[in-house]
Amino acid sequence: MDINTLTVASTVTAIAEKQFTATRLVEDFYGKIQAEDGDVHAYLTLSEDRAFAQAKRIDDLAASGDPLPSLAGVPVAIKDVMVTRGVRTTAGSKILEDFIPPYDCTVVARLEAAGAIVLGKTNCDEFAMGSSNENSAYGPVHNPRDKARVPGGSSGGSAAAVAAGTAVASLGSDTGGSIRQPASFCGVVGLMPTYGRVSRYGLIAFASSLDHIGPFTKTVKDAAILLNVIAGRDPMDSTSADVPVPDYVQEIGRPVRGMKLGIPKEYFAEGLDPEVRAAVENAIQLLQQAGAELVPISLPHTGYAIPTYYVIATAEASANLARYDGVRYGYRSPSARTLSDMYRKTRDEGFGPEVKRRIMLGTYALSSGYYDAYYLKAQRVRTLLARDFQNAFAKVDAILTPTAPTAAFKLGEKSNDPLSMYLADIYTVTADLAGIPGISVPCGQTKSGLPIGLQILGKHFDEGTILRIAHVVEHEAASSPA
Amino acid sequence: MITDKDVSYVSDLANLELTAEERARMVKDLDSILSYIDRLNELDTSGVAPMAQVFAGSSAAESSGNKAPAPAWREDSLQPSLPHDEALRNAPARDKDFFKVPKVIER
Repeated sequence: MDINTLTVASTVTAIAEKQFTATRLVEDFYGKIQAEDGDVHAYLTLSEDRAFAQAKRIDDLAASGDPLPSLAGVPVAIKDVMVTRGVRTTAGSKILEDFIPPYDCTVVARLEAAGAIVLGKTNCDEFAMGSSNENSAYGPVHNPRDKARVPGGSSGGSAAAVAAGTAVASLGSDTGGSIRQPASFCGVVGLMPTYGRVSRYGLIAFASSLDHIGPFTKTVKDAAILLNVIAGRDPMDSTSADVPVPDYVQEIGRPVRGMKLGIPKEYFAEGLDPEVRAAVENAIQLLQQAGAELVPISLPHTGYAIPTYYVIATAEASANLARYDGVRYGYRSPSARTLSDMYRKTRDEGFGPEVKRRIMLGTYALSSGYYDAYYLKAQRVRTLLARDFQNAFAKVDAILTPTAPTAAFKLGEKSNDPLSMYLADIYTVTADLAGIPGISVPCGQTKSGLPIGLQILGKHFDEGTILRIAHVVEHEAASSPA
Repeated sequence: MITDKDVSYVSDLANLELTAEERARMVKDLDSILSYIDRLNELDTSGVAPMAQVFAGSSAAESSGNKAPAPAWREDSLQPSLPHDEALRNAPARDKDFFKVPKVIER
């Protein structure tokens, strides 16, 4: 068995055919993590007891000859912003350093019910705030493709674990690009489903009108398999949509002939790295050769997406992070003598610099006298951004763009300039603001071997179409010289 | 322009005790980010409804043109909740079934 080449689909087959046991597989994965994760730092906490108990359940089930569930034996990693009962969950923050959640996130429960094995919790930017994973209180993740470079963020550990082969698949969260951008930087598939498609019960909240959970995988088909399991209404999350879940795997392999694909000029303007542009344009040509029709479109408010995002996301974060007060769970400053002193010291000592910066920005934007000028203004521009997509989707079936303006940058390159870091999300924040689904699929690499991602954006609840297109790109790009 | 006074006021609202060093850095960072955000004022948004949620019922959905899924309601029935011991397990300090905090009234 070569665990490096295992996919979700091939693992399930191998377990069903008894090529190896789930227990043996978990042992091998922990061996690989011990040997190789020191340099990557994708994992923060390993859930060995839980993983071996689940592996035994799968092995017993396989021995009994009963039918196996759809993810039987698949080793997965979970971004450390999703709570796991009995397994430490930090959100990459010192303020939750010793937090042991009393319940499971719905997506984790669904993966395990389908037979997946949770290996551990992955490193991320603190409270998912960042684009490079350098904001983790536990130290950065290194990109497995070039360890001097960042894996992207904020779900950098989840992307790096799949890229390094220390997990077969993983879950991340995306508020402004935190699944798609690290997928692009690490050379894996990253899917952000429609807002409401996947339950967020048990996701540590950053910005509630923008937070999404989605999978990282090695293949597009694997992303479809995982989405089949995690999608759908959850009574515990009132924002999860009561919309039927199709079989996304059925979409894989269907042709793109006759599809209309929009190419938005604003995403190919100034600031796009020439090597990224070349690889993305090459993938677009491959789709045209496969029979898709390319339609030039405009999303005129794109240039306003980053400022809109940083007002709305920080405003919501300032409210969501008010709960970290040292009272019910998490860190409490030992030096405080009064209650208000405790709040202030706990939060100052427990939060890192970027989290404080965003709480301050969001509090400012919501404060008396500035609410209309910043928060309300940003919400109005959000409407314009959503309308841009509505107008575009009246003409096209999906939209093709680069996932990020550059390939992975070096550690430390942007960490002292918040604004330049924010611009790393320039092509991804728009989908979060509009609530539409997006996927990043590898489409080539730079001369120095860094991965490049193509982003495909779809209509609300039309993940099937973007998976179908991504699958064609995956196969055409593999068979064509880049 | 963001001033040190603004930063002190907002950090009080946010219950963040910033050190002098952090405050100085915050003045600079917020100023640069807010001047970037000011480009939103290039857009005339009069008559544009604010969008608070992607599918938050009819008004937000209409303003964005998004087709909203039907709101999902549940029965208002009692469900089991976490036992006290589990709910209090992560508390930094507890007293029987209560969270314990430093004194509330300051003199």
